[in-house]
Amino acid sequence: MHITIKYFGQIAEITQAKEESVEFSGHLISELLQVLNTKYENLKTIDFKVAQNQELVSIEKELTGGEIALLPPFSGG
Amino acid sequence: MSRYNRHIILSEIGQTGQDKISSAKVLVIGAGGLGSPVLQYLTAAGVGSIGIVDFDVVDISNLQRQVLYGTSTLGMNKAEAAKHRLEDLNDEISIVAYPEKLTHKNAIDLFNQYDIIVDGTDNFETRYLVNDACIITNKPLVFGAIYKFEGQVSVFNYKNGPSYRCLFPNPPEKGSVPNCSEIGVLGVLPGIIGTMQANEVLKIILELGNILSGKLICYNALTLQNSTIRINQLEENIQSILKDKVNFQNKQIDVKCEIDIATVSFEALLSEKNIQFIDVREAHEQPKVEDLLVTNIPLSELEHNLDKFDSGKKKVIFCQSGIRSKRAVEILQEFNIQNCFSVKEGASEIKTILKTYYKLSSNEK
Repeated sequence: MHITIKYFGQIAEITQAKEESVEFSGHLISELLQVLNTKYENLKTIDFKVAQNQELVSIEKELTGGEIALLPPFSGG
Repeated sequence: MSRYNRHIILSEIGQTGQDKISSAKVLVIGAGGLGSPVLQYLTAAGVGSIGIVDFDVVDISNLQRQVLYGTSTLGMNKAEAAKHRLEDLNDEISIVAYPEKLTHKNAIDLFNQYDIIVDGTDNFETRYLVNDACIITNKPLVFGAIYKFEGQVSVFNYKNGPSYRCLFPNPPEKGSVPNCSEIGVLGVLPGIIGTMQANEVLKIILELGNILSGKLICYNALTLQNSTIRINQLEENIQSILKDKVNFQNKQIDVKCEIDIATVSFEALLSEKNIQFIDVREAHEQPKVEDLLVTNIPLSELEHNLDKFDSGKKKVIFCQSGIRSKRAVEILQEFNIQNCFSVKEGASEIKTILKTYYKLSSNEK
């Protein structure tokens, strides 16, 4: 399955990229996150939420392909 | 009324719309980077009653982005300095300054006096307090937040729509997300995000266009990309706040702000005198910093050892990586112990710095 992953805020600093494309054979969003956690060690240090195709979803949801976004909260004002 | 002529001649607004703006009451929490443009545009638009909450004072490092202030207002309370500036912009409206911290105790009464709440704060504690108070008082919340070159905008709690807790149910672990006083921010970014917030406020007042409810806009000033994320309502997250309504005003945490915590570089401190160095690591943790006279008070026992902090000295606190020391300063502030600083560097870095420092100073002799 082809997936484009978008990174925001501090997460983009950890991944050193604003987005990347991957081929992934897993079924759940959580499985994709496991792969990302291994690839980017410091990802665990950040709280974030996941959106699939521009909709905020639980990480237990099934991957449908398309776009995944990792959104950390911002506190600045 | 020639002041609002450019609004009134818009068929979508007209005199009826302008009258709605004149009777609206908006409370802005935080008169900083986001609050500045929000307040300027709402004042210019003629919002009849505007409240400004901010306990902080104007610092020279604010002027790069907080466009309400100038060198003549340095050191002044922001809510009062903002009111002064805004009254010059529009003397036909009522502006109230609240030069105090927003707390669980004062939030509900304050929010009840206004129709719309704007979040321009700079820390998670206050953001969750603002969100929860909006749920309890049933007020729409126009939310904005920034990080370096990126911003988030949304409207929460609008006509029983999703709240901030439907997006991020709980605050992140303390200290894991830096704020603007610790990291940089592009000066114009809060200008853009704050102006988007002002736009949402006016749309809510005028019942015009599509309100940004149930949606989060993520804006990147470098790529000019806008992502709009749909947020679904998590009813249980809202209900849990409503259920605990009676206890809300008794909640005590969260009155402090991340910007109160001075995080300093160790090197800058070495030349100073009258300092008490405090190691908040557990007894077994290595390496020890032997080259300094150190008071050992593990973070886990901090609250039982408050008498060990020397009130006459500048208290410099360190740990393994700068996270526990920052938490220690937060705790000390809760107990009103002043003049506390958290060291960014961890113990092993401090040892290296000390080594270089002593080498240099012995060479000078």
